[in-house]
Amino acid sequence: MTGLDRHSPGWATIRRLLHHKLFVLGCVLFGLILLLAIFAPLIAPVDPNKLSMRTKFRPPGSDFIFGTDNFGRSLWSRVVWGAQLSMFIGGAVVAINAVLGTAIGAAAGYFRLLDNGLMRINDALMAFPAVLLAIGVTSVLGPSVNDVIIALSIVYTPRTARIVRSSVIVLREMEYVQAARAAGAGHWRILRRHILPNAMAPLIVQLSFLFAYAVLTEATLSFLGVGAVPPTPTWGNIMAEGRQYMIDAPWIITIPGAALMITVLGLNLLGDGLRDVLDPRLRIQQ
Amino acid sequence: MSLLEVTDLTTSFQTSGGEVTAVENISFSLEKGEILGIVGESGSGKSVTALAIMGLLPRPPARILGGAIRFEGQDLLTLSDRSMQRLRGPGIAMVFQEPMTSLNPVFTIGEQIMETIRAHESLSQKESFGRAVEMLEKVGIASAATRMTDYPHQLSGGQRQRVMLAIALVCRPRLLIADEPTTALDVTIQAQILDLLMDLRDEFGMAIMMITHNMGVIAETADRVMVMYAGRVVEQAPVARLFDHPLHPYTRGLLSCVPTLDQDQDRLIAIPGNLPEPSRRPGGCRFSARCSHAITACGAGIPPLETLEPNHAAACIRVREIA
Repeated sequence: MTGLDRHSPGWATIRRLLHHKLFVLGCVLFGLILLLAIFAPLIAPVDPNKLSMRTKFRPPGSDFIFGTDNFGRSLWSRVVWGAQLSMFIGGAVVAINAVLGTAIGAAAGYFRLLDNGLMRINDALMAFPAVLLAIGVTSVLGPSVNDVIIALSIVYTPRTARIVRSSVIVLREMEYVQAARAAGAGHWRILRRHILPNAMAPLIVQLSFLFAYAVLTEATLSFLGVGAVPPTPTWGNIMAEGRQYMIDAPWIITIPGAALMITVLGLNLLGDGLRDVLDPRLRIQQ
Repeated sequence: MSLLEVTDLTTSFQTSGGEVTAVENISFSLEKGEILGIVGESGSGKSVTALAIMGLLPRPPARILGGAIRFEGQDLLTLSDRSMQRLRGPGIAMVFQEPMTSLNPVFTIGEQIMETIRAHESLSQKESFGRAVEMLEKVGIASAATRMTDYPHQLSGGQRQRVMLAIALVCRPRLLIADEPTTALDVTIQAQILDLLMDLRDEFGMAIMMITHNMGVIAETADRVMVMYAGRVVEQAPVARLFDHPLHPYTRGLLSCVPTLDQDQDRLIAIPGNLPEPSRRPGGCRFSARCSHAITACGAGIPPLETLEPNHAAACIRVREIA
């Protein structure tokens, strides 16, 4: 790819992003959760599944920063390890989506013959409500972290494919694509060098929102009891257990909820910033 | 054997209103090193002819109904996609009208030139870099080596068209199709690009198909001219001959639209009416509806392209009376 010299479009974009205050705030919020996830073994050395009946329902304080739950497990450990799981699931779904969605979208947009077939399958998958489809998939595959990733990928890949396809259809007709063809470039080279690099902007924006949806839907699934099985410390699981003690021990449900909110808010701000900077139509309105 | 020989080429497009022919029975040939000008209004079939030769007509909706395109004796219409792809670049290359959008915005111009080299030849990074710089110098980009890392948005329209030429010519094509290469440029830049094209023709010995609607460009560059109207060839002649003795009423009309310095004119003479839409072309001579010489017989049948003098042909039944 291109090196980042002073005049490259990449460098100019980064400079504009750094001037976008909400984007920076989004990065900070999301970065905070990401740091928790990466350094989980260091900052939360207590086993998140270690039961201790003597210390159950401790409120947040000096002994336990976030308090303990109904089994006396450290909520700090559980939330931090939950962050790691959320980030892992979100990241995996985004990675699978980036690859599959781009491949399907590019094939459908570039090769007219494939368009109808691929897009109708896509439409069928998109017609299901996301959570319902994910519940269906996990009930077939079984409730484990990997199956949740597969389910969320099946749910969200059609959306990514549709976005890639719409950019590819526009780019396919660009003069520089015609010019590349006239210079003897084959389909693969045209897709790889001329179409996909120009389709990246909307894809990156979509993927940043997708990360938020994936984290949120994963939490929903485990809250509903069809995600990763307890006692796996996911935010959804912690909240599902904390729901029963909402009055007496409100911290059990509110702290993972806040973590979830910070993650999604951070990602949305980040995605909005990316869209403002990468999408020229919105830039003119500002 | 001519370098390029097009015989009876007929293409059509599938539209919502049925199948519509874009060009009909087009025949012409091009010798090595020759510049053939193709003139006509927008919609007369110039670009479709060019894209058919390049094998770049989008099929569907386009279809080639008949005829043959022979390049160095090889019928391009029967060539596989793969062989056609190999021919584009080193065999036939093309430059387009719009230099502002013909370059990929996310790569430097150097990368784009080297990309074309690497699509056809296995050269090392260093060798292709050298070739690209050399080509940029040839097309008149100053301090070429440092401009290699420029992005398209850092160049002016004229510079971009020079880069487009560099990309088209870097594989030394035997035929260059230039589809209105100067239409989008300032007049001074136009002249520079045309001079450059002529120089490069002399240097590389390639043939050029110059598509334009500008008679001035034709007069300046072409050896031979083909005039197209509504998908058919109406006149073909060497350039001097065409300007001195235009035979077809349409060619005359086109020439009288060009203002001259030696005549005192208050108004420009225009050809009345518009080019008929492909689906609503009149029967018989397609120009008859706009022609001041038209008689009833003109509507009877399509006039054949008749060779009236050596190298000079026109498609008009009254050509002898009105000449």
